[in-house]
Amino acid sequence: MGVMESSIKTSEAPLSRDDLARLVARDIAPGSFVNLGIGQPTLVSNYLTEDQDITLHTENGMLGMGPEARGEEIDEDLINAGKIPVTELPGASYFHHADSFAMMRGGHLDICVLGAFQVSVTGDLANWHTGAPGAIPAVGGAMDLATGAKDVFVMMTLLTREGASKIVESCTYPLTGVGCVTRVYTDKAVFLTGPGGITVRETFGCTLEELQELVPVPLKAAAAA
Amino acid sequence: MLNFVESVQEAVSGIKDGSTVMIGGFGNAGQPFELIDALLDCGATDLTVVNNNAGQGDQGLALLIKEGRVKKMICSFPRQSDSWHFDAKYKAGEIELELVPQGNLAERIRAAGAGIGGFFTPTGYGTMLAEGKETRIIDGRGQVFETPIHADVALIKALKADGKGNLVYRKTARNFGPIMAAAARHSIVQVSEIVPVGALDPENVVTPGIYVNTVVRVPAAAGSTTGTEEKVA
Repeated sequence: MGVMESSIKTSEAPLSRDDLARLVARDIAPGSFVNLGIGQPTLVSNYLTEDQDITLHTENGMLGMGPEARGEEIDEDLINAGKIPVTELPGASYFHHADSFAMMRGGHLDICVLGAFQVSVTGDLANWHTGAPGAIPAVGGAMDLATGAKDVFVMMTLLTREGASKIVESCTYPLTGVGCVTRVYTDKAVFLTGPGGITVRETFGCTLEELQELVPVPLKAAAAA
Repeated sequence: MLNFVESVQEAVSGIKDGSTVMIGGFGNAGQPFELIDALLDCGATDLTVVNNNAGQGDQGLALLIKEGRVKKMICSFPRQSDSWHFDAKYKAGEIELELVPQGNLAERIRAAGAGIGGFFTPTGYGTMLAEGKETRIIDGRGQVFETPIHADVALIKALKADGKGNLVYRKTARNFGPIMAAAARHSIVQVSEIVPVGALDPENVVTPGIYVNTVVRVPAAAGSTTGTEEKVA
């Protein structure tokens, strides 16, 4: 500790998917209204505590979504956006699709957590389409979520299977939203993005200099909060 | 005009070739499967279908697509692990796709029912789904002009209707039902139960009967977890 170049390294090893989900959950302010995207972001719900009093939104028309339904709890009229049977918590509410997206687009949701193929230094998001010839495009609620919530957090591995950085100067995949991402949680670092460019809040299992070797855009440490 | 009919066949009998048909449901929740099956049997073809998805597995909308009855899909999420009938038609160039972000789809349907000529929305700005559309900077944000989606017919599933056509839904099966009922020139609703006028608490009516044209009772299937019990109403 106290060594300049390693001062933002908060873990000796890269974070597992569950460790990352635990970190995102910890960073969500008490009382928030949150939408968790399909896939890795769903893991975050496992680590939200009762004290945090988080209300989960699902875009198919519900606030106050509870955990996945099991056994006799399963009700085919009660599913989440990933079409998984879920449960309702006391204080839940139902509404139609236009209301559900109006509360999203109207900026009433505090945070949404999404997966991504790429995020640019200014917070552009690409997460819906690879643009590959012959691929059938499917967008769902991704563009609405990306532009609607007050804060958009991305959860992803820093590198593709081929070792390319998913943090890029500008996205090469088709965009989901422009300048919408505020934070990127990866296995190797947490990045803050926005109009002012990109900074690194903390690193896991590497120093900022080691991280810089993996990412093709200039990085600097975020000013301490 | 509101009418109550005895069968799903009768309910869909007025649907003509070339119609635009909205179909409610998100996943299996709120899918009017029996009405879709009746539409399949009635033979209407050359349809434009508005639904969140483009059919799953070997049932409902997927079969309409398989049988070549759908010329165009307007939806947000056609590609799923079990959307093989849509995938095959799309790759063969035998079905047109208008892909719409889910919130824009919902708001365009709502706009049609509300008599709105269009609206500007930030969703999709700067993406390929906004290409060719009018854009403006409003309150410092890029926004895209989107137009209403009208339909000849909507097929909807609700929990209960009363004698005035007022509807209540159940949990997340509500989804697109209320906005499609308003957007279509003729809405056809299947319900688990028809109750007398006065049996629904007016405070709890979700779709007022003014939006409803045809109602048919389709009892919930035996063994279904879609109960008819209700905490309120």
